[in-house]
Amino acid sequence: MSDAAVDCAGVWKFYGDYPALRDISFEVRPGACLALIGRNGAGKTTLLRILAGFSKPGKGQAHIFGQEPRNAEARRRIGFIGHGIAVYDELSAIENLRLFAKLYRLPNAESAAREWLERTGLDRVRDGLVREFSRGMRQRLAVARAFLHGPSVLLLDEPFTALDDRAVAVLQTVLRDALAAGRTVIMSTHQLREALELATHVALINRGRIAFHGERTDEMLSDPGWIYARYGES
Amino acid sequence: MRFLSQVMVITAKDLRAEMRTKEAINASFAFALVILLILSFAFDPTEETTREISGGLLWIVFTFAGTLVLNRSFARELPNDCLDALIAAPVPGAALFLGKALANFVLILAVEFVALPVFGIFYNVRWTRQFWPLMLVLVLGTWGLTSIGTIFSALTVNIRLREVMLPLLVYPVMIPMLLGAMRLSALLVAGQPVTGDDTVWFKLLFGFDIIYTALSLVLMETVLLG
Amino acid sequence: MRQKVIIVMLALVAILLARNLYAISMLPDEMRQGQIFRIIYFHVPAAAAAMTGSAVALVASVLFLVTKKFQYDALAVAVTEVGLAFLAVNLVTGSIWAHVIWGVWWAWDPRLTSALICWILYAGYMILRQALEEPTQRATFAAVYSIFAFTDVPIVYFSIRWWRTIHPQPVFFSKEGYFPPDWSRALAINMVAMFLLYAVLTMIRLRQEQTQREIDYLRRTVHAI
Repeated sequence: MSDAAVDCAGVWKFYGDYPALRDISFEVRPGACLALIGRNGAGKTTLLRILAGFSKPGKGQAHIFGQEPRNAEARRRIGFIGHGIAVYDELSAIENLRLFAKLYRLPNAESAAREWLERTGLDRVRDGLVREFSRGMRQRLAVARAFLHGPSVLLLDEPFTALDDRAVAVLQTVLRDALAAGRTVIMSTHQLREALELATHVALINRGRIAFHGERTDEMLSDPGWIYARYGES
Repeated sequence: MRFLSQVMVITAKDLRAEMRTKEAINASFAFALVILLILSFAFDPTEETTREISGGLLWIVFTFAGTLVLNRSFARELPNDCLDALIAAPVPGAALFLGKALANFVLILAVEFVALPVFGIFYNVRWTRQFWPLMLVLVLGTWGLTSIGTIFSALTVNIRLREVMLPLLVYPVMIPMLLGAMRLSALLVAGQPVTGDDTVWFKLLFGFDIIYTALSLVLMETVLLG
Repeated sequence: MRQKVIIVMLALVAILLARNLYAISMLPDEMRQGQIFRIIYFHVPAAAAAMTGSAVALVASVLFLVTKKFQYDALAVAVTEVGLAFLAVNLVTGSIWAHVIWGVWWAWDPRLTSALICWILYAGYMILRQALEEPTQRATFAAVYSIFAFTDVPIVYFSIRWWRTIHPQPVFFSKEGYFPPDWSRALAINMVAMFLLYAVLTMIRLRQEQTQREIDYLRRTVHAI
């Protein structure tokens, strides 16, 4: 248990009396890339948000490297991309990254911010206000923000959805680099193809339960819908 | 130390963002002036008796105009889900509260410093006669408004009728503080010193600020994770 | 079982109140205020019960925040809602009293003014709850607000009292006057009756809250299918 990057033991999440997650238990080893698939409302976002520390499970526990996600240490090691880009429209790209670099107490805030602007292809617009960015630029900045502090665990909620091709390319490169460096990734997705290419493991969530969790096989890659057919409900 | 530096980062961020758009502060200035004007019709500034009690009216202006700033405080975190990023960062809820409260404090104080001279002109009062005690009342009273307003801004951020709910919840809680601030301001604006029985209001303001700041610091994390 | 407890308690309340009403009507008139003074037997216990209710609400709110168990949230809302009703009784009886004695519908009596502010505070609690839909968030935020509101109650009371000390107003009855023993007994019995009534109403409201939660749960389950 303690050497897993991410683990869940008996996690339930209630909205009022209704269980959105039921008895979720699984483990993700360091360096793995887990593709979390499931229909809308199955619980993917709920699970990711618990792992990221936004809410607490009603029952059971979740851990990031053995710690509660809400601990300051764990928070430093988590990078999260949700549905929103989580950067400020009224600030410039570099101001946004500087802000987060300082909040994460990076020793070299300025250079880390510039480095990530380059890696996401935004260094030329670094002083531009985010509200003037195109959609693809905003999404790339979101990637920069999430990876800026060098997190060991990346929790991405449908990161490929509605990305333009340049942003997709940036994200794939960044993810490959991260995985090569031994980071751990969990991403929920509808876009089975892009996610399955990078994934080492796959889990299917159905109505709050894990219906399947295993290694990603070539069969899945060639027919992404196979998992749903086999383990999901129609 | 690290706590304070994170507080400062948040305060700077809020102030920088507000200065770029100036949405809340401009609306607040305008609102303050309009209310001052309307109050001049209700409480005729040309009558001697009105001018004597006019200090209390100041707090009506400050509270209403301040609400516009306070509403923005957490509302500005909603677009793009920025609040998520703040919560995810290794910043304690208390630091987030204090950072935002300080930014709100500065903004509301700025509005007050504009409203005060205008008030002096409309009501023809020399409010500078008890300047430093009046400043103390302004600071204490505004902090009371700000500390409760900031945490309640977080409570109401997801509610549909946020602009109405925030004042609805904040004003009743603030009544004791408003009472003290109004009485003190009425005295000080009229040029009289605060003596004897009336010093109890300073104690009230001070105690109020401490209690609610402490409560907010403790409960902020709970609200953020709610 | 619980049904029976409620009925027994209600019966007890009815008996106590009936007996007390008779006893109160037998008491002599108060010297300065006359008939209307009898209103004190309802005015004061209503306030006392409401204040106790707000303390229970605080404890329930804190317990919810600590344990996350929804039964505490249900208790908090039940106790607060009943408390609002009792405070309203206090306010209305106070207003009637003021009108009979002084000819005004509202005198800025410190206790009555504090009661009014407390009523507004807890009405805010109910409005906040109505505006929040998601149950966990509603319970959490309401609990936080309840803590703020309860903290304000003593501050409100003292500040209004200071306000009125500096500019004194007449009060309904002061502690200095002589309060004969059979009056005290009638007051005490009414206190018990009011507290019992409070408890009964809270239990009924709690039941209602539980049923509502069950309905919400069923609704969400159906939704998921």
